[in-house]
Amino acid sequence: MSRIDTDTARKVAKLARIAVPEDHLPTLAGELTRILGFMEQLNEVDVEGVEPMTSVTPMRLKRRDDTVTEGRMPDRILKNAPDAREGFFAVPKVVE
Amino acid sequence: MSAPNTLTIAAARDALRKRDLTAVDLTQACLDAIDGAGALNAFVHPTPEIALDRARAADTRLAAGEAPAMCGIPLGIKDLFCTEGVPSQAASHILNGFRPEYESTVSARLRNAGAVMLGKLNMDEFAMGSSNETSTYGDVVNPWKVDDRRLTPGGSSGGSAAAVAADLCLGATGTDTGGSIRQPAAFTGTVGVKPTYGRCSRWGIIAFASSLDQAGPMTRTVRDAAIMLEAMCGHDPKDSTSADLPVPDFEAALGAGVKGQKIGIPREYRMDGMPDEIEKLWSEGAEMLRDAGAEIVDISLPHTKYALPAYYVIAPAEASSNLARYDGVRYGHRAKLAQGDGITEMYEKTRAEGFGPEVQRRVMIGTYVLSAGFYDAYYNRARKVRTLIKRDFEAVFDQGIDAILTPATPSAAFGLGELVDADPVQMYLNDVFTVTVNLAGLPGIAVPAGLDRQGLPLGLQLIGRPWDEAGLLNTAQVLEAAAGFVSKPAKWW
Repeated sequence: MSRIDTDTARKVAKLARIAVPEDHLPTLAGELTRILGFMEQLNEVDVEGVEPMTSVTPMRLKRRDDTVTEGRMPDRILKNAPDAREGFFAVPKVVE
Repeated sequence: MSAPNTLTIAAARDALRKRDLTAVDLTQACLDAIDGAGALNAFVHPTPEIALDRARAADTRLAAGEAPAMCGIPLGIKDLFCTEGVPSQAASHILNGFRPEYESTVSARLRNAGAVMLGKLNMDEFAMGSSNETSTYGDVVNPWKVDDRRLTPGGSSGGSAAAVAADLCLGATGTDTGGSIRQPAAFTGTVGVKPTYGRCSRWGIIAFASSLDQAGPMTRTVRDAAIMLEAMCGHDPKDSTSADLPVPDFEAALGAGVKGQKIGIPREYRMDGMPDEIEKLWSEGAEMLRDAGAEIVDISLPHTKYALPAYYVIAPAEASSNLARYDGVRYGHRAKLAQGDGITEMYEKTRAEGFGPEVQRRVMIGTYVLSAGFYDAYYNRARKVRTLIKRDFEAVFDQGIDAILTPATPSAAFGLGELVDADPVQMYLNDVFTVTVNLAGLPGIAVPAGLDRQGLPLGLQLIGRPWDEAGLLNTAQVLEAAAGFVSKPAKWW
């Protein structure tokens, strides 16, 4: 059975971009271990030769023309931004 | 006439068309009921001005004649649906202050049919939960009460279920990824439909697990569900998984009876430790359908046991990807940054502050099962098991089974807080009878069928063939009529 240790929990939190305080990592590791333990039941199933499902309905996705149908509304697009300046989304400095 | 807010959609439609009732009076009765129901915490963003504006417009249409069935019908809209200019935050702190510039296809269809939006309904955060205890707005309380305890209305569409059961609205939209319409419907003595995957457009509905999510109606009767579902579904070019199929007249399909229909009873749904009351209700339900002329057939769905673990790999995997968009840049909450914090700290702090514990847990589980080295062992294996679960259903439908009868939930509504300290897996078990339906993309409906010995509602679930919502609703109405469930929660709020 997979055991999530605190190092793995720290790594998963980092990949998920969620800040988890160091003292909470052992609890998190325990919860993740229990949930993954529950999923281990899937190992009992013989899945030899079975295709992984990609679409639950046997329909082909519709194609459409690759054309611009809407646009030129930067104000509406930026309206909900926590920080928008001069027609752009603003973020902390990325490149030194 | 009874208080307008207690009417069924069908009765209100008829009264509105005859002009025995105005949409404004009906809407005002609901708004007053909402005002008096703060203790339930179901409506979290009431929109009385929008409601009365739309009610006045509906009255104009009704007076002109030829108004659609939903014209003037007051509804609650789950907070997961984006509604133009109105807070839409999936009950999450991370979408605090978000007011979409657009309207979801389903709510737009209802709006265009003349339905009246009363406001936004509480839910579990990002639809992740089975008790409505993960919401940033606080718990929803079930209008059903049998002792001092405050009971859960179920989740994630708990606000929708509570509002419909308490007569705050005539119907509500819900969404169902693993049971989020059917479980709360069963906990509140209401009807909830999860349509075939692709029936309702997902455009503008805040995504949880895109291959499983479906919107559906929550109502007080099967007939109302048929009327409301018809207004909600239909092809939408903006959702590539939306089915380009004609939408039948679901209400017209009611009343056909079940003579000669084959109803399957899956033996794998007889779970260890299932309360005898649920077992009894299930056999009674089968008996009712047999008495109505259906043939009851024992069937096997051998991979049932693996549905829940497969779901709890696939749904978090998709959620971890869908929820990556909440980064504090384009909408909602952004954490206050410390001196020297860069963009990574902004993401990490924003998401830690914005997501509640259950959402964080599922995003991290999803991240883990999709990470290098585990993708095959968890995610791909779960998708293969999903194929097998779907094949189980295809095999029984190929044998001529028209619909499948199961319990809707493994228990009646439980107390708020009772599972808070339990293992998260305990909460997940609520979905044990419903989750297979999402994995197989099938339509399912929860119908109130009786009360347990404490006096709390219990529901049965019917599962139909793909795209056969019409047949499913017809069978559900036979069950509804035979069960004769008429109980209502006594008003304490």
